[in-house]
Amino acid sequence: MLSRVADSIYWMNRYVERAENIARFVDVNLTLLLDSPIGVSQQWKPLVMTTGDLHLFEERYGEANAENVIRFLTFDRAYSNSIISCLNAARENARSVREIISSEMWQQINAFYHFVNDAANDQSLNFQTFFSEVKLASHLFAGIASATMTHSEGWHFGLMGRWLERADKTSRIVDVKYFILLPSVKDVGTTLDQLQWIALLRSTSAYEMYRKRGVHRITPKSVAEFLVLDREFPRSIRYCIRQTERSLHQITGTLEGTWNTGVERSLGKLRADLDYLTIDDVMESGLHEFLDNLQRRMNEVGLKLSETFFDTQPVTSTAPTPSR
Amino acid sequence: MKLANYDPGHFYDELFDAPGSPRSEVAPLIERINSLSIEEIQHRQQAAQIALFKMGVTFNVYSDSQGTEKIFPFDILPRTIAASEWQGLEKGLKQRILALNHFLADVYGDQKIVQDGVIPADVVYSSKGFLKACKDLKPPKGIWSHISGMDLVRDRDGQWYVLEDNLRCPSGVSYVLEGRRIMKSTLPLVFNRMQIQPVEEYPSHLLETLLNLAPDYIDDPTVVLLTPGIYNSAYFEHSYLAQQMGVELVEGRDLVVSDGYLQMRTTKGLKRVDVIYRRIDDEFVDPLVFRPDSLLGIPGLTEVYRSGRLGLANALGTGVADDKVIYAYVPEMIRYYLGEDAILSNVPTYLCWEPSQLDHVLANLDQLVVKAANESGGYGMLIGTQSTQAEREAFAAKIKAAPRNYIAQPTLSLSRVPALIGDEFEGCHVDLRPYILFGEDIYVTPGGLTRVALKKGSLVVNSSQGGGYKDTWVVS
Repeated sequence: MLSRVADSIYWMNRYVERAENIARFVDVNLTLLLDSPIGVSQQWKPLVMTTGDLHLFEERYGEANAENVIRFLTFDRAYSNSIISCLNAARENARSVREIISSEMWQQINAFYHFVNDAANDQSLNFQTFFSEVKLASHLFAGIASATMTHSEGWHFGLMGRWLERADKTSRIVDVKYFILLPSVKDVGTTLDQLQWIALLRSTSAYEMYRKRGVHRITPKSVAEFLVLDREFPRSIRYCIRQTERSLHQITGTLEGTWNTGVERSLGKLRADLDYLTIDDVMESGLHEFLDNLQRRMNEVGLKLSETFFDTQPVTSTAPTPSR
Repeated sequence: MKLANYDPGHFYDELFDAPGSPRSEVAPLIERINSLSIEEIQHRQQAAQIALFKMGVTFNVYSDSQGTEKIFPFDILPRTIAASEWQGLEKGLKQRILALNHFLADVYGDQKIVQDGVIPADVVYSSKGFLKACKDLKPPKGIWSHISGMDLVRDRDGQWYVLEDNLRCPSGVSYVLEGRRIMKSTLPLVFNRMQIQPVEEYPSHLLETLLNLAPDYIDDPTVVLLTPGIYNSAYFEHSYLAQQMGVELVEGRDLVVSDGYLQMRTTKGLKRVDVIYRRIDDEFVDPLVFRPDSLLGIPGLTEVYRSGRLGLANALGTGVADDKVIYAYVPEMIRYYLGEDAILSNVPTYLCWEPSQLDHVLANLDQLVVKAANESGGYGMLIGTQSTQAEREAFAAKIKAAPRNYIAQPTLSLSRVPALIGDEFEGCHVDLRPYILFGEDIYVTPGGLTRVALKKGSLVVNSSQGGGYKDTWVVS
């Protein structure tokens, strides 16, 4: 498979997943507002912090109120991680690999983009409906891909993009909640705190699944445990990293648990660490520090992946000697 | 207005031979259209456009950063050609491409046609498309132009003419294929009642044509389609054809010359490429030989090609046969190389570089169509009958400054086909571009791309100038 094509499939999936995640946490915040007792100030800044682009936001918009944050994260074409920019990028990548992906995939991503583009111009847009449509469209894309694209190399590059992006976003969401959303000490254990942890679970579609698991009570530690270390929940970081590793080994053919390339090694180490961690280890080292380190390691995996497979640095061109 | 009452007016109409009287072979189509209300027809037309937009059958994708895209407007009333008439056209097209191929081999080889004085030497050597670098090139199987498209028109009396030969990178065949697909869901009943020659084999024939160029010693050749990238206006077509053939779509940055071969960068290292269908013009293909500033091509490609380790479609240098001055000599070429009379006529053409003809052109600018010898897409053109005095004066100055670059032709009264404009069928002027593949043998798409001037009275059918297209049915 062409390196450029693998790269495009990987990013196409990453961008769709990113758009979905942005829709998720903006949506949850909107819902949260409706539940908040009167007098509690609206918490919009943490949302921008989740993206890691607070500085850029403040420069452009100033105050972090609902309108500004939603516009920035949803329809700002000048911001490269807004939903509309993500879909534009996803579609550009899809366009450049149209002949590789199924036409159904292309049609879905094209329709998805046009849907968001039309919504951007809709003055009377209902944001809650819009965000659930975005989530749905992303799931539809994943489903169509799964059902219509051959599950070979290209497919696995796509999966890696999706899983890595999801792991990254889950880590950011947990991080922000723990350090920013957590109000003053006197609020810990109150209704407000409960609501926010529920919101956090909801933003990762984890609420119902969490309740069904072992301990049903909602405590910060067990929520963090669920979202970071759960073995079976498809948005937990550990699960995502495991799946990334699986796809990587499908591509390289290297036996799982062993490695030949730099990316296999750093991903394998990360996966093994997560396999043998307990939430108490995590809390002891500090959740924020742990997540920070995790994000760094996931970035490193992304870089190594790119070095190993996508690198389009020029190979020295050697002009042939004419035959005859 | 119902189609039954359609009046072809004082034009040759492809569907009607007189008011209210469709040509015999299209009767079932007209009958079907007449059975539908105008609202239903509009509805189907709209559905067809939406389907094309959803499939992303778009062009001119990037005129701004927000990705404005247009579909090439599609009219659901097809243009038809009787199979008996098509046979003659097909024969004429094969004869023409054969002669043009002889010409290319000759001008880059022994140059007999020049030495024998059939075509003036300075016309050939001054052509922008003539590439010195291709002298003595021996393309695989001796074929130069594997994929071409020729623009045909009909005059008022129904006579066919060749308007242009396109031997570089003619585009539009994807519209033929997708247009046909849409028509099958738009007017399925008509397909049951009429015998319409299929066009769907085109991608298979194209792949065969390309495989034919691979060096003989290679068992399982790798064919790729080279595109300038997603910002090119024909990108949809590039990607569509690659997909339909199941070959890789590559960009210049995916390719590199290494160990004497052209190779592509894959996730598992470099992989040899044996045949390229390139949709990039000659001058951008290889910065070492042509334009050093081009980023689209691959340094060293020409040398690999010369060494016989790579098939290239079309060969380099075919643009010389595309030149509108050279076009004027095609009937002579056919006589010279094949010893036959041309089956298809040229439009009478005045060559501005000949002083006597130049005077005639300048004196009659208001009657003539003047075209730049090396432009395409309807650019660099003057339509005398629709021009102002000032435009004619400006053009006269351009012609006098560079007479070699211009030809002039009488304004033809292009044939028409009814097309839906608003809630009426209006007669609109059309041309026709059949696609020709030259491999082990010569294949011509039955029909081709019918471009239609969707502005009332307009004679310009180019997509870049507000034209649309129709499906073309060769019917028996």
